[in-house]
Amino acid sequence: MSVYQLQKFLYDLNRDSGVQTRYRSEPEGLLGEYELTEEERTALAAGDVGLIYVLGANGQLLMHFAAFLGLSWPAYLQAMRDGVTRHGPVRAGVYAMTTGVGEKVAGV
Amino acid sequence: MSLVFAGICSHAPGITGRANLADEALRAPFYDAYHRMREQLWATRPDALVIIAAEHFANFFMNNMPSFAIGMADQYSGPIEDPGWLSIARRSIPGNSTLSRELICEIMQTADIAFAEEWKFDHGIMVPLHFLTPNYDLPVVPVNINCQGPPLVPLHRAWVFGEAVRRAADRIPQRIAVIGTGGISHWPATPDSGKINEAWDRKFLERWTRNDREALLSYSDLDTYRDAGQGGFEIRTFISVAAAARGRGQLHHYAPIPIFAVGCTIATMEVAA
Ligand SMILES: [Fe+2]
Repeated sequence: MSVYQLQKFLYDLNRDSGVQTRYRSEPEGLLGEYELTEEERTALAAGDVGLIYVLGANGQLLMHFAAFLGLSWPAYLQAMRDGVTRHGPVRAGVYAMTTGVGEKVAGV
Repeated sequence: MSLVFAGICSHAPGITGRANLADEALRAPFYDAYHRMREQLWATRPDALVIIAAEHFANFFMNNMPSFAIGMADQYSGPIEDPGWLSIARRSIPGNSTLSRELICEIMQTADIAFAEEWKFDHGIMVPLHFLTPNYDLPVVPVNINCQGPPLVPLHRAWVFGEAVRRAADRIPQRIAVIGTGGISHWPATPDSGKINEAWDRKFLERWTRNDREALLSYSDLDTYRDAGQGGFEIRTFISVAAAARGRGQLHHYAPIPIFAVGCTIATMEVAA
């Protein structure tokens, strides 16, 4: 159930510049408004794209978040691969990785 | 008056945002096809563009998810994404709330839809508009089919929705263009980004150009997920356009461009009686 709250946070952040400002100025207060597990809260506060991916966030929500964080395209893809290497396969949702961690389909 | 134009096109954010990373020999012909689609669209002198898109949580979320939603505003805005990342500047886009309302009321006769007086566009709409209405001078009626947050509407309902769009367009005095935007097979927003099942895509497009209703509606979501990735759920938008146009399609461009994460597609469909 809780991955829903994680996704809701990303949804709110991605579309609302006010939430984006709060994420930068007072992340604890902002994240406290969502029912997150400790792991989710830490991952969001740190902008840990790899862990958020493994937790099962919808990929589109995460992709927009990664763009907001300023990750380049290769860095974003690599962060997700690193997340799987570190934390294991994606735990929920339909955005699982079907390629190998060393496989770069688009060359990046 | 009627539906005057129908087409489908890809909307992946890499098309604009990662243009500089693409092989020029692949990018240029695709952009050319998009530009020819713009010329074809404008040659039909449309009064408004109905854009049937699959958005990515720009407006609709699992707290209150409509299967179908139609915009009813005089103005929209976009992109929600970082404009530098998408290489499309943030701006307002003209709508037409009166026209939207007329279409909505007629569509509601046979399809259950939500309406929205606020709408922020994401790449699903901004990328096609960037090519097709670069001066943002054609009023847009945004449509969303939920292709992101399961449970997803069955394909046969996307067909019925397309039929309703057609009936509505035929009942109003304005000249309406309709486009569907989405990907065919693709695994976007995963480390698999760039994976494309070209054989699956070509088979789908062959069914689409034949406007073979039965074949288009025969995909199960499980099969689509296995063979075409979660991105394949967006075929709903293409299916609605086929139902609206009723004619034969013409494929103008198809080529996988891995850095764009999708088989880049441009096709139009004859509007049949
Ligand atoms: Fe999409």
